[in-house]
Amino acid sequence: MKNKNLGLAIAMWAVVAFLHIPFFVVMLYAFTTDSSTFTFPPPGLTLKWFGVAWSRADMWAALSLSARVAAISTLVALVLGTLAAAAVYRSRFFGREAISFLLVLPIALPGIVTGIALRAAMGEAGMTFNFWTIVIGHATFCVVVVYNNVLARFRRSNPSLVEASMDLGADGWQTFRYVVFPNISSALVAGGMLAFALSFDEVIVTTFTAGQQATLPIWIFSQLTKPRDRPVTNVVAFFVVIVTTLPILWALFQNRKFEEQTQSD
Amino acid sequence: MIRRFSTYLYNHPAVLLALLLGPPLGWMLVIYLGSLAALLFQSFYHLDGFTGQVVRELSFLTYRDLFSAAHMTIVLKTMVMALSVTMGSVLIAFPLAYYSVRYAGKRLKVLLYFAVVLPLWSSYIIRVYAWKLMLAKEGIVSWFFAQLGLSGVLEWLLSMPVVGGSSLSVSNFGLFLVFTYIWLPYMILPIQSSLERIPHSLLDASGDLGARPLQTFRRIVLPLASPGVVAGSIFTFSLTLGDYIIPSIIGDSTPFIGMAVYSYQGTAGNLPLAAAFTVLPMVIMVFYLLGARKAGAFDAL
Repeated sequence: MKNKNLGLAIAMWAVVAFLHIPFFVVMLYAFTTDSSTFTFPPPGLTLKWFGVAWSRADMWAALSLSARVAAISTLVALVLGTLAAAAVYRSRFFGREAISFLLVLPIALPGIVTGIALRAAMGEAGMTFNFWTIVIGHATFCVVVVYNNVLARFRRSNPSLVEASMDLGADGWQTFRYVVFPNISSALVAGGMLAFALSFDEVIVTTFTAGQQATLPIWIFSQLTKPRDRPVTNVVAFFVVIVTTLPILWALFQNRKFEEQTQSD
Repeated sequence: MIRRFSTYLYNHPAVLLALLLGPPLGWMLVIYLGSLAALLFQSFYHLDGFTGQVVRELSFLTYRDLFSAAHMTIVLKTMVMALSVTMGSVLIAFPLAYYSVRYAGKRLKVLLYFAVVLPLWSSYIIRVYAWKLMLAKEGIVSWFFAQLGLSGVLEWLLSMPVVGGSSLSVSNFGLFLVFTYIWLPYMILPIQSSLERIPHSLLDASGDLGARPLQTFRRIVLPLASPGVVAGSIFTFSLTLGDYIIPSIIGDSTPFIGMAVYSYQGTAGNLPLAAAFTVLPMVIMVFYLLGARKAGAFDAL
């Protein structure tokens, strides 16, 4: 029996390696002295591209646009997603299926459909493509992340806490402020972080709603067709991997911890 | 004030529900479904052949253009790629999913969960870029083949007519590999969750009744895992149909549906045709979803 599993274990670890090796490769290339090709192994290692990337104004503009778009979209998604989750959790009559289907549609349909649909509608409405058109697109597909996180938390929290609070004389606002909100706050943070990551990373919908501006992913995408700046792209990729991994891990860990807690109850 | 308002809401649950549901539902209906409707409308407009302007009259002229041979080649190519990517990811997803459900201890299970979900959330464009680095002629993959003395195998693969090319990064095989890599977590997760639901006693019973492990796998595990496979294939199929970033970075740059949509709405200024092109994957996905629902895939999500 043990020997039989060995083959499977090797296959399993090979898949894990397949999933993660690209991250290490990207990070390694930030240090290569080779500026024009993709030679492996790198002929030498250097830190000089970090300085070059640091002094690129267009990179900073793209980074700042991405951060601002993601922040505002996350905020909108937090409000809309939490409201939707609360409504679905509270109501027994409402078709939960219908609303969660509607919320998941923007990420279930191919990104190009969402992208061009928004572009067509915004064009019809006579909107000029700017910061806010990007935010509208991003918020639309980020809502579902917050919704899922918060709804899962609502489902797993103990409803008798709310009843106890009311029985002890708290009004609706106090109950929300001191019982419900602390209970869902870490789900809000986790959902918000995932929504931020989703928005920070999105390319396809953004290309259709962005007009002239470039978010960081679009900047990276356009860099790929300009081979002379390759090392700068490598450095930016390195930083994106480092900076996004930790918050995402944290958000996933929060979800995981909560799931395990409620399972063992 | 807040106190009175919250008491009022407590006594009028319907008002509260309307207040809660109004903003998100309004946003999704107006902005999202509204946009989809606008898209559908656009696809029935057409481009005037002489002036190059969009004619805002409803007709099937654009669809007649869409179903021309050249456009259908693009659709067919995209669908073949989506199918192969789906099959490829099932093959790769199974060992990990099966191992983590059947053999992994608690700690390893958590580790594997993170190993699968982390790439799913981290930067898509950078993961594609990483493969551009790795698949390049002088990159890590051909270096690896050379170290193993297998450069001949790689050359043989690249010399094949449809899948090959001058290097992996400009070949259809490379494109297939990157698509499979990027969507793989979407396949692993639902397969895992459908495997979780198979009771261990069922496998033991099969063994007790004299089935060999392979027989048990083929006749018990595989059929019971199929809702998960179908659920995963919704993602791998749909995402491949609609992607245009990956085929414009990797591969021989012959157009996919996504790239056609992008160029028609952009430089060609033919928004109706671009819209009609996206209606196609939408229709395909609707039928796919209906079929998947029948196969019980939604329970595995």
